Order: sequence, then structure tokens, then C-alpha cells
Amino acid sequence: MSVQRADSNRLHPHKFTLWVAIGSIIMMFAALTSAYIVRHAQQNWLEFEMPKVFWYSTVVIIISSITIHLSLKAFRARERLRYRMLLGITALLGVLFAILQGFGFYDLYSRGIQIIGDGSNPSASFLGIITGLHVVHVLGGVVALLIFFIRAYSTRIKTYDSTPQEILSVYWHFVDILWIYLFIFFHLAG
Amino acid sequence: MSNEAILQTGVGGAHTAGVHEEHHEHHHHETFITKYIFSQDHKMIAKQFLITGMVWAVIGGAMSLLFRWQLGYPNEPLPMWVQDILGKWWVKDGHITPEAYYALVTTHGTVLIFFVLTAGLSGTFANLLIPLQVGARDMASPLMNMLSYWFFFTASIVMLSSMFVETGPFSGGWTAYPPLSALGDASPGSKTGMDLWLIAMALFVVSQLLAGLNYISTVLNMRTKGMSMTRLPLTIWGLFFTAILGVLSFPVLFSGFILLIFDRNFGTSFYLSDIFISGVGPLPHEGGSPILYQHLFWFLGHPEVYIIILPAMGIVSEIMSINARKPIFGYMAMVGSLFAIAVLSFLVWAHHMFVSGLNPFLGSIFVLLTLLIAVPSAIKVFNWLTTLWRGNIRFTPAMLFAIGFVSIFISGGLTGIFLGNSALDIHLHDTYFVIAHFHLVMGVAAMFGMFAGVYHWYPKMYGRYMNNTLAYIHFWLTMIGAYLIFWPMHYQGFAGMPRRYYDYTPWVSFDHFEGLNRFMSTVAIIVFSVQILFLFNFFYSIWKGRKVRTQNPWGANTLEWTTPIKPGHGNWTGEIPEVHRWPYDYGKDNREFIPQTTPVGADENIH
Ligand code: HEM
Ligand SMILES: [Cu+2]
Repeated sequence: MSVQRADSNRLHPHKFTLWVAIGSIIMMFAALTSAYIVRHAQQNWLEFEMPKVFWYSTVVIIISSITIHLSLKAFRARERLRYRMLLGITALLGVLFAILQGFGFYDLYSRGIQIIGDGSNPSASFLGIITGLHVVHVLGGVVALLIFFIRAYSTRIKTYDSTPQEILSVYWHFVDILWIYLFIFFHLAG
Repeated sequence: MSNEAILQTGVGGAHTAGVHEEHHEHHHHETFITKYIFSQDHKMIAKQFLITGMVWAVIGGAMSLLFRWQLGYPNEPLPMWVQDILGKWWVKDGHITPEAYYALVTTHGTVLIFFVLTAGLSGTFANLLIPLQVGARDMASPLMNMLSYWFFFTASIVMLSSMFVETGPFSGGWTAYPPLSALGDASPGSKTGMDLWLIAMALFVVSQLLAGLNYISTVLNMRTKGMSMTRLPLTIWGLFFTAILGVLSFPVLFSGFILLIFDRNFGTSFYLSDIFISGVGPLPHEGGSPILYQHLFWFLGHPEVYIIILPAMGIVSEIMSINARKPIFGYMAMVGSLFAIAVLSFLVWAHHMFVSGLNPFLGSIFVLLTLLIAVPSAIKVFNWLTTLWRGNIRFTPAMLFAIGFVSIFISGGLTGIFLGNSALDIHLHDTYFVIAHFHLVMGVAAMFGMFAGVYHWYPKMYGRYMNNTLAYIHFWLTMIGAYLIFWPMHYQGFAGMPRRYYDYTPWVSFDHFEGLNRFMSTVAIIVFSVQILFLFNFFYSIWKGRKVRTQNPWGANTLEWTTPIKPGHGNWTGEIPEVHRWPYDYGKDNREFIPQTTPVGADENIH
């Protein structure tokens, strides 16, 4: 049974579902960042500098938002090659983002700031877990990008309905904005 | 006018795209596996949720008998056959061990709240009713729907397996407060049992998120032509708000669990600080706050109780109107109060924490917000009573349970007002008064909603009726029994008897409750056996029940009764009918009922 649309002006049910899912993910990060604030107000909170490399990862993820936007435009213009290339670039940028976050963790580690284990302070643990969960969401998006990328090789599939691409790009912009929020949050609250 | 005729005339053009005519005999092949196991048909998934929920209800209920035995008959050994079933970890010298006692209360609470009254209740009725009552062929994403069940099923298996590990299941209470839940050395149940508990609950959260996304999307996007939001049956409204609450609050619980997992396994200190365990020594954790967990937990925990009760409220409203043969009183007030409850339920969580060291000034704000919930709750009760008033009541089993729901909800809700006052809660917190409160208002009331729903929609699910005589016995004994079990707990709570104790006999001040405790435990055994009677009725009727011969046995207005008696995947054989009116035209213009598919007459007022 396929999904039917009651009328064409309405949001596609799958797209709508994504928006609700985004609400749900927001609640998760809202909970964690509120917990951060609550805990920060108490004693024994380790103050430290954010890793500098987070600035680079921020730039990377913003660029990836642009590339996915362009890939959607290419898809709509039925420029298959361009679409495929931009998808691939976006996925690579996603992976690069994850690697840069990893460097950020390494930077903390080399400064003796522990995220987990004995002697870890909640302030670093929070940073690690919140950014870690965000990376998981980015990597989820990368998996989806790769699936779309591989599908774009198949010449059999000829659909011009861009709904799946739109859904993916909304999600990608969301994880981008989520990171920007977290980045600003850590700088203001941390 | 027959429903067939309505079906023929009430065709809308909206849903033709992409839907091939599906007749009773299936065109495409359905194997046993795709039909009964990995089914994507919302009606089959509903049955899967229901029956899994029933299995858990029996397990969780049986657990309560074991610990009630301990409370009611502290000096008498358990019957031999029970001892034999349980084995050495659970029983020593004829009595359940203290570890087993705590494991039992914890698992009882967890599975009844999450697996029975969340998955079993909204999983069943959201799946069954949302597509049928909004006029859709299935959920927005049948695949996600199927996954939701299988995540729940996997969660069930993991939870069940925790019963059999060497150190026993988790035993720190359904709320799983750290430090007990965070430290494997703190108690046997906090070792592997807690790991499995966390895995099961994480899977359960995923299941609920998948389900909730789907329910919301279906209600908002898949309604048939003419089905405006204000023509939705109240069942759908209840389930809709439930889904919103779940989607917004379960992720918060999930966050809390993630931090807990890190504290347990990776040496972080979110919830832990300055702890000394005898036999182990001081722990390195420093700087954590257990209160943080309580905030995260109750931010879900309180909405969760409404996740449990809102579907029951919707079911009750619907059944009550149908069987009083009267429109529901104050439809918009019913929707409005559901909305108000849903919003307020996010703003009251700290009433579970009045005595946790919460700032008393903050506490007073939560007192105010908590007591505000009484207003929409009272509106609903008022509307149910007014719907019954001068109704032409048909006392079907479903209707009896619906009326019983209102009675129990009032009794349990009133005690919430006691507890919501932080000054009173200092005395009442963690006593049997709280147990009485939430078992009546949530446990029994939601169960009644579920029973009402099962009796009412059984003909739609299985094309047969359940046996009425057994159903009446089931109702009356359960109704009387529930009050007899939980009412006396209020007195115990006032007297200061704390909850979560293994043995009260050394406690002279509670000696006079000995007889009362025995009485409550005995009634519990009787009430449990009556539920077995219900289960017998349920399963027996699947094969042997009286067959349903008319499409609309209760004379109801909603769309599910316009489908064939045993609808196939896709629900309607022809086009999905169009809707012309709200679902509560009962006793209008001297007509007993007017289905939603009937066009509005020339001289009729539309709703
Ligand atoms: C008039 C509305 C209500 C008010 C003012 C209210 C208030 C409260 C308060 C203050 C507590 C905390 C008691 C304590 O631990 O000391 C409590 C506990 C509880 N309430 Fe309510 N309540 C209301 C309705 C409900 C409803 C409708 C449900 C469920 C459907 C519910 C379920 C629970 C549960 C499960 C607990 C106990 C949780 C635990 O500690 O294990 N309450 N209620
Ligand atoms: Cu509450």
C-alpha cells in the first residue's frame, strides 16, 4: 500500500513525519543542554577553552549545507551528474566534520581534560556526550547521503519527484543548524 | 438507510490516486509470515500490541501477587507449587527474598506502566482506530509502524531475559534513581539486571518514537475527504495528544538514560558524587547530582502518566456517547481540556520532587501549576457525567467499564489534589497514599479504558462478540475489587506507612494493619483470577464467539463501522467514504444515530 496524498497542497506525510522527528531530536538536545545549565550553576565545574578546531568543523558543516542545497537544485534541473557529484561532496564534508570533531576530542585529551573515566569532570563529559550525539546524527545523514549517491548511479530508476531529496536536505540543514546552536551554546554557557 | 447504500453514495474523489480496488479475496499473495508476523497492516499490528500487552499484564500482575503475598501473609510460606516455579534465587525458606521483593516491585512497575499501559493501550488502539476512524487505508508509514512493534517486541525479550540472569533483574524501582541504578556494586539488581533494563527501555523509547511520529502524521495528513479536525472522534484526539506527548518527552528520558549509561559504564559523574559503598570503599566519582536525573526522568515521567490516561479518556468519551445514545457533552471543551492537560503535563514534573531538596519557592510554583491540572480534569469529568445525564443508556460491558472509569478517575484524581500541595506531600510522599493515588487514577482507570475498548471494538477486530455474562462478572468483580484493594491504602498512607518496604512486622505502629493487609492481598488474588476469566473470554471468543452479522452492531456513527465486517488490508473495498458531519449525532431529529457518512439534510444544522 503506497502513501496517498489527500491533496497536492498538503505537506507530504513523510516530510511531515521528518518535521515531527526533528521536534523530537530538538527535545533531546534541549534536555541535555538544560541539564548542562543546571549542572553548571553548581559547584565543581571545570572551566576550559573550547577546542579551536570546532571553528573549522563549523565552517565545514556550513559549506556542506550549501552543497546539499545545490544538489537539490541540480536534481530538480535534472542534471544527474551534477546532482551526484554534489551529493558525494556533501557526504565527504559530513565525514570531514566528524573527523574534525574527533580532533577536537583529541585536543581536549592532550590538554589533560578527560571526557570519561575517573577524574573526568561533568563539564567535559557533557561537552563530549552532546557533541558525540550530534556527530551520530550527522553520520546518520551521511549514510542516507551514500544511499542516495549509489541510487543515482542506477539508470533504471527514473523518478523526477524530488520529495526524498527534499527530506534529506531538510534533515541535513537541521543537523547543521543544530551544530551552530550547540557551538554558540558552548561558547556562551561554557 | 443501510450502510451499504451510504458507502455507494458517499464517494469522494480524493483518494483515488494510486489505489487499486482491493476486494475481499486478496489479489496479492499473503503468506503466514507477512499476514501474522511481519505484517504491515495496522489492524494486525494492533492485535500484536494487544496480545503482547496481555502477556505482560499477566506477568506483571502475577508479580504483584507474589509481593502482596509477602505483605499480606508475612508468616506463611508460599504455596509449594509457586516455590517450585520460582526456584532458589527468588524463594528462601518459603518466602520471597528481599532481593526478589525489590526486583518484583520494580519489574511490576516498569512493565505495567510502559509495556502494558503505554504500548498495550495506545499501541493497540492507535493502530486499530487511527486509520479506521480518520478514513485512511493504513498509517502514513506502514513500515515504520511494523518496526515500532518489533522494537517493542525486542524490548520485551530483553526485559524478560533480565528475569533469568544470575544477579536478578533490576530492583531499584521503576523510576531507576541513581546512585542505586548507576552503581553495580550498590545492589545485585544494579548489575547485569540494570544493563538489560536500560537496553530494554532504550529499545522501547525507539519503538514509541517510531509509533508516535506515524500516529501524528497519519492524523494530520491522511484524513478522508470532509474529515476536518473538528469532526474527529474524541478517541483520535486522545491518541493524537498522546502521540505528541510521547514524541516530545521520550527523547528527554532517553537523554537521561544516556547520561546514566555513561555514569554506569564509562566513569563519568553526571549523577554521582562523594559515594562510599561498604565493602568497596569510596568511589572516585565527583561533582555529580542525582537530582539532575530526577528532573530528566520526571520531565518524561509526568507526561508519561498522561500518555497512559489520554487514550483511555478518548475511548471512554466515544463509548459513552454511543451507549448513552446522546451527543458527547461539550465536544470542543473535551478537545480543549485534552489540549490543556497536554500542555500542563509538561509543567508540573517537579511535584514528584517536593521532598528531594527542591527549592521551596520553586516548589510553590509547581504546586500552583499542578493544581491547575485539576481544572481540565474536572471539566472532563463534568462532561462525562452530563453525557450520561438523561441518556438512553445501554449497559453493554464496554459502557460499564467506561462508567467505571469515570468513578475510579474521580476517586484517584481527588487524592492528586492532596499530593499536589507540597506541605501535605511532606507527610504523604513515599507512603501508601501515593500508591493508592496512582493505582486508582492511572493503573485501574487506564485498565478500565482498555477493557472498555477491547469489549467495544472486539467485533471489529475479530468479527465476533465476546461473551456478555463473563464480561459482566469481569466488570463487577474488578470494579468492587479495585476499590477494596486500593481504598484502604489511603488510610495506611495517612498513618505514615512508607512504600517500598519488604516487611512491616517489626514496626509496632503498623501492627493494626495486619488484618487489612491480609484482606487486600486476598482480594488481589481474586481480582487477578477474574482477569484470567477475561483472557479466557477473549481467546475463546476469537474462535467460538457469536458471529457479528451486521456491519454496525452498536449503531455507531464513526467510519470503522462502514468497513466490511472483516476488513482486509486497505480497510474499505471500494472508495474511502466521504464524511459530512461530526461523529456525535445521536438522538438528533428523532433519529437514533446518523453516521458520519450521511450527507446533511436540507433542513438540518451541521456541526
Ligand atoms: C488532579 C490531578 C493530579 C494531581 C494534582 C496529581 C498529583 C500528584 C503528585 C503531587 C504526586 C507525587 C506524590 C509523591 O510522590 O509524593 C503524584 C504521583 C503520581 N501520580 Fe498524580 N496527580 C494527578 C493526576 C494523576 C493522573 C491523571 C495520573 C495518571 C494517569 C497520575 C499518576 C501518578 C503517578 C504514577 C504517581 C506516582 C509516581 C511514583 O512516585 O512512582 N496522577 N501525583
Ligand atoms: Cu506527576
